[in-house]
Amino acid sequence: MDPQIDSPVIGHPSSDIYLPHPALITSMCSLTALDMLFEIHVPSPEVHTPSPGQFVEVSLPGIGEAPISVCSFSNHPHQFQILVRRIGNVTQALHQLQIGKSIGIRGPFGTTFPVDRELRKQNILFIAGGLGLAPLRSAIQYVLHRRWDYGKLIILYGSRTPDEQLFLEDLHDWKSRKDLTYLETVDRGGPNWKGRVGVITTLFSLLNLEDDPWSAIICGPPVMYSFVLRELRQRQIPNELIYVSLERRMKCGVGMCGHCQINGLYVCQDGPVFRYKDLIHLQEAL
Amino acid sequence: MSVKQISTNMLRGWIDGLLLQKTVIGPVQHQGHFRFESITSSDQLALDYDVTDLPPKKFLLPPREVMMTFRSSGEFQSVMEFHPFVLFGVHPYDMIAINQMDRVFSEKLVDIHYLTRRNACSIVALDPVAVAPHNFSGCMGTATVEKGWDLLLTPLPQDGYLLEIGTEKGNTLLHSIYELPDASLDQLQLREQRWNQNQKSMRRHELKCAPDDLPDLLEQNYDHPLWQEKSSQCLSCGACNIVCPTCYCFDIQDEVDWSLETGVRCRAWDGCLLRDFAEVAGGHNFRKQSAERYRHRFYRKASYLPKRFGEIACVGCGRCISACIPNISNPVEVYNQLVGE
Repeated sequence: MDPQIDSPVIGHPSSDIYLPHPALITSMCSLTALDMLFEIHVPSPEVHTPSPGQFVEVSLPGIGEAPISVCSFSNHPHQFQILVRRIGNVTQALHQLQIGKSIGIRGPFGTTFPVDRELRKQNILFIAGGLGLAPLRSAIQYVLHRRWDYGKLIILYGSRTPDEQLFLEDLHDWKSRKDLTYLETVDRGGPNWKGRVGVITTLFSLLNLEDDPWSAIICGPPVMYSFVLRELRQRQIPNELIYVSLERRMKCGVGMCGHCQINGLYVCQDGPVFRYKDLIHLQEAL
Repeated sequence: MSVKQISTNMLRGWIDGLLLQKTVIGPVQHQGHFRFESITSSDQLALDYDVTDLPPKKFLLPPREVMMTFRSSGEFQSVMEFHPFVLFGVHPYDMIAINQMDRVFSEKLVDIHYLTRRNACSIVALDPVAVAPHNFSGCMGTATVEKGWDLLLTPLPQDGYLLEIGTEKGNTLLHSIYELPDASLDQLQLREQRWNQNQKSMRRHELKCAPDDLPDLLEQNYDHPLWQEKSSQCLSCGACNIVCPTCYCFDIQDEVDWSLETGVRCRAWDGCLLRDFAEVAGGHNFRKQSAERYRHRFYRKASYLPKRFGEIACVGCGRCISACIPNISNPVEVYNQLVGE
């Protein structure tokens, strides 16, 4: 037998699409009882700055990997934020880490909200339900960065309870801005809640969308889409101007492992951002 | 390249010679079943096998493989296995499945773990002389194979084989034997006959449409009651996935050593029929009903993957038919029912 047969060959890291790049947690901030905002620094030049809508695979040695949306946009290379809900093995363990700890990052993966393409000069309606605000926030930050390049902006945000509202600082900023309309609601209010109560679709009655053409970006729990899409249909927003960001189980992020399929599409490569027009005939999509 | 003739004795001698240098994996009989395994002598080979329980896929995409090692402090290091070996006696349908997997793992992005192992592998394909009880590769156009192999063996009716050299890698395998005589025209004709015969005989189930019609057939039948009817007996055991030569879906799992200091990240086979295949953290399952999972498998084989890679991802080996306990997985039965009895 060849001597080489018994010892595995250590490969070149750059050629391994499954190998995480070392990254550093530079800040952690608890947003709700379940959600933590992490700032991540990835020194490797091979990791590109994520574009709005993309996700990364976050690796913890011994625990595993989880696909997490990037929730920020900045021009600062190799620095981005992720919002992590404590809900599975990896996210549970991430919450227990401290600033300065190292984690692994693969990606960024997937398609982007076309904020630098089709959406320029357009009126944009952002519709976020619960955790769906995280990926949308990357697009909102991008758009607000170049506010002059877009038309009217509306942000609709629905949460289950006031305690589950995410990114309170951003919400506060959006509320106070004159160059956008921000409306929020919660499914169940509380003693201190003065705002609207009701599901997210109740916000549509407050809008006048009829006079202008609008594009819409939606992200929320699976149950939300059909109701929101019905509202958009009633307001004649065409399917090709509606973008959705979808969640599926993703293991590899590179279109190999087969878990994230929506019919023939791979969410990790063909998505997570889809034009609704491209999904409308796919029964597994929405 | 060229086609040679080789006697059975010479073939055995050559294999035994190969065994001195390399791992050789081939079909071996166990209690009436055949399986691909590492051999120590050419006597072990059952070159007249009909089908193995599991496809040779397991040597290229192992049920469980280490992809990388890690330290708990956060460093990951890739692990690639390069153990040169010969995969001996691969039937055409299994060869075509390997060709498809080669494309999956290299066409858009390169899966270096798979390709390293694949490059270490030399394949000697073998035209079958026995037809497995459920083989329908004749209907799928996969009863013979033109490419992918390094050497192709075709049994001759009397004694011996024809041996076609397909690649330089195949040529290298033959270094240890003296010049083999070229195949005669008569023998080449006999080989043609074997191929024609296999295309005709490997049809234990007869598909009532052309394989190329399958994507359209499925497109029209997404809501056919058959999916519900058949899957109502499905055990969600994933046996059809496990035995399938074109199934390659995988899970990625971490294993920590006792020291808690180091560990390995593994890739393990997964199956789309298993209940939690599309379940995300938090418990939402995007394919909760067994009918959805059952249908997904047929669409993936005959619609989704063909649209991506241009080939039907079912090679007609019939293993899923044998493996399925409630007997609902026969692809030909499903497709024929959609065509209309």
